[in-house]
Amino acid sequence: MAKAPLSQDELSSRFGPHLNYNPPGGWQGDSGKYPEKLVKTHCCFCGQQCGIQLKVSNNRVTGFEPWEEFPFNRGMLCPKGVKRYLQGSHPDRLLDPLLRTADGFRAATWDEALDFTARRLRELQEKYGKDSVAVYGGASLTTEKSYLMGKFARVGLGTRHIDYNGRLCMVSAGTAYKAALGVDRAPNPWNDITEAEILFVIGANVGECAPITTDYIWRARDKGAKLIIADPRFTPIARNADLYLPVRPGTDLALLMGMLHVIIRDGLTDPQFIEAHTTGFEKTAESVAPWNPRRAAEVSGVAPEAIEKAAHLVGESRRAMLMHARGLEHQSKGVENCEAVVAIALATGNIGREGAGPIMITGQGNGQGGREHGQKCDQLPGQRTLTDPAAREHVAKVWDISPDELPAPGYTAVEIMNAIHSGEIKGLLSICFNPLVSLPDANFTREALEKLEFFGVIDFFLSETAAHADVVLAGSLQEEEEGVTANVEARVIHIQKAVDPPGNARTDSSIICDLAHRLGKGKYFPFTEPREIFEELRRASQGGLADYYGITYEKIDQQKGVFWPCPTLDHPGTPRLFEDGRFFHADGKAHFMSLAWRDSGDPVDAEFSIYLTTGRVVSQYLSGTQTRRIGALVDQYPEPKLELHPHLAEQHGINTGDWVTITSRRSAITLQAMVVRTIRPDTVFIPYHWPGGRSANRLTHRTLDPRSKIPEYKVSACRIAKAEGPGGRS
Amino acid sequence: MFGMEFYVDPSRCIGCQACLKACEECDTHRGISMINFDFVDRKETIATAAYVCWHCDDPTCAQVCPADAIKKYEDGIVGSSLKPRCIGCSNCVLACPFGIPKLVPQYEQMMKCDMCYDRTSVGKKPMCATVCPSQALTYVTPEAIAATRREKPVNIFWFGSQKITTKVYMMAPADAGEIAIDVADYTWEGER
Repeated sequence: MAKAPLSQDELSSRFGPHLNYNPPGGWQGDSGKYPEKLVKTHCCFCGQQCGIQLKVSNNRVTGFEPWEEFPFNRGMLCPKGVKRYLQGSHPDRLLDPLLRTADGFRAATWDEALDFTARRLRELQEKYGKDSVAVYGGASLTTEKSYLMGKFARVGLGTRHIDYNGRLCMVSAGTAYKAALGVDRAPNPWNDITEAEILFVIGANVGECAPITTDYIWRARDKGAKLIIADPRFTPIARNADLYLPVRPGTDLALLMGMLHVIIRDGLTDPQFIEAHTTGFEKTAESVAPWNPRRAAEVSGVAPEAIEKAAHLVGESRRAMLMHARGLEHQSKGVENCEAVVAIALATGNIGREGAGPIMITGQGNGQGGREHGQKCDQLPGQRTLTDPAAREHVAKVWDISPDELPAPGYTAVEIMNAIHSGEIKGLLSICFNPLVSLPDANFTREALEKLEFFGVIDFFLSETAAHADVVLAGSLQEEEEGVTANVEARVIHIQKAVDPPGNARTDSSIICDLAHRLGKGKYFPFTEPREIFEELRRASQGGLADYYGITYEKIDQQKGVFWPCPTLDHPGTPRLFEDGRFFHADGKAHFMSLAWRDSGDPVDAEFSIYLTTGRVVSQYLSGTQTRRIGALVDQYPEPKLELHPHLAEQHGINTGDWVTITSRRSAITLQAMVVRTIRPDTVFIPYHWPGGRSANRLTHRTLDPRSKIPEYKVSACRIAKAEGPGGRS
Repeated sequence: MFGMEFYVDPSRCIGCQACLKACEECDTHRGISMINFDFVDRKETIATAAYVCWHCDDPTCAQVCPADAIKKYEDGIVGSSLKPRCIGCSNCVLACPFGIPKLVPQYEQMMKCDMCYDRTSVGKKPMCATVCPSQALTYVTPEAIAATRREKPVNIFWFGSQKITTKVYMMAPADAGEIAIDVADYTWEGER
């Protein structure tokens, strides 16, 4: 039923992506030069959440002005931030709800579209049961919207299946930090980076994926800090590394266990800290005992001497920070990888102080805030566990329902798609998620979408996924609704409404609330503006790990952000965790874990002998729904390219610009080659922001980390062959 | 902003091109970017370099302009060509030892970085140096640069026998005093 109604060409000509280069009114118009007002808010792209001022005239965003007073980025922006203002007046913006017809989509009234959506959801639930309908949310939503999605799924629909695209982002780190430290948050504010003397960066292409963090690293270097980079690619910041570790995709754990082995062997641990503040050190020590540098080198492809050196640099320092991102976490042992990083920090006492700590670099816009308040399948607001009776009771009371009405934990994002494919889930309501581009094994995702009996989407552009929908509810951009997000440091910040949604598009939260009313649950969704949602969220989070009770919009404006936990109105917030040596487990201790090596879920063999790894480029954001529509960003890196080393290229007679077919155990795509010495010779890299025949995720596999359920995007097996010409685009 | 100087440090550049994108948002030349940006040799290295006009003390572009269209202002800033005078001959484009000026076909004139005259003249930083996430392009006081950076600011460049001093500084290794571009500059062939 949910097959796309038109050919890709027809869809593209009507809904884009078209390229928008020019501000409203054109470059020569006055609207950009002389705005009516400047709105202090934040970039919508990525977890850095840079402060930015949007120029507004005639209810349209016409440009930007740097916001130098905002402390995190002090006016700095990446190209995405500079050009983010070109979305609001974009010709592809959906200005009306769309209803599916036999030969495409037609504009509908809101009553028609919402009645239809509510009716279909109700029909499916009556026929197949409550859990036959699932909800997808997203980590680019404000925290208010994220909270609302969790409540809507559990109270509005009564389904247990709600999960979000943060499942593809922060869950490995979150699971590991929760297990080891008792809370899912980077323990240090970013200013701490500048105070470190050792920076160990693993699986994080900081320059392209968290550009503003570069400045923090460079400021540390200016003061003499040593920089260690572990990555299969020589990333932009690796150029200034004191030590570069070219780790083979999927083998970070071997490298980390090798380092920990050396740290323990050479007496570089902090026994007093371990004794006073941790449990389980023996388990970790036992796990890494067999991982001498030689063995770690054989698995990871990093020289034993380099492993020794890295271990000594980190182990001999009491101001070391260990930074990681998706490279480490997008693996079927993503949680263990992060636990190993935390274990190195704990074993050397590098935590809870200025310039010392393990930190995760959150990827998505509200990657932090979006995962704290109930959008995850196993979580309730305040980073509470859904299965915890006390948590259920607290939240049920705030929501004025009985704890028994709260559904049990449901499936995670990829598992939901699996259940759609198997026919267990029949209906899906999705917001802020483009799974056709962002989930692994895209052909499987397309098959699943085509099986849905009902598919509703809330979005501001018609994404590739939305093209499969029965109804598309024209929603709002970040700058069209007030709210909060939490940046990479867990600094809760204020997103200002700059303009109204254009045409008949509506704010996301009003759409959700209206839908809840039509489902007969209106009394639980009385909200008329985001501030009211935030007030309820404050109470729902009270006493939880991510306690927002003491945060108000006004306090955020006054302090330029409030770090949670912030339990009372007179509490200043908590920039650095664990300063008193107490961790967030009931025993107050940090917990070491056993670490165990496992192979990747898609191992290389004689037929598929090359490692494929995927990631981002600086000019694109996630599935590209927004950034593939902005001309200046598309021009910077128009099409995905296959990065490969000259040694590998020579074996296959490939030069830069040649077309190459990359084949995995799932599918094949054909891209142009970019021959570079900045990647391991046994590895190829493809950025993942594109759909169809240019989609890296046609090649990736659906193996999940057993605990975090994150897909293994960073390790697939493939083979390559020179091709005659380009492949298909759809 | 008075007392501020412009410093370029390609070793910090991450190739993100925020400068390039932000430059065209500047009010004096909206839609046209004046940043010079290069991947040095993408096959061999990830190194990138973004730079602005160096604003020479004795600008070669102005010297070679047959129409007297390029002016250096009192504060040392060398502007884009004056539209009524510029004849689009490209002498400046060819002569600039740094390769900065560009002939912009749609305006039929040479345009180049004017250090965001509209911003710097009212106390703001140039757009590129404001947004640059790695501060490879930075606009601060000489005291601030001396206090925070290990590299040394240099504004004396040798191109063969042509010595050029500039308003904009290049961050060079701490022991460098002047920057020579050509290997020939390092060879000994008697007194220059």
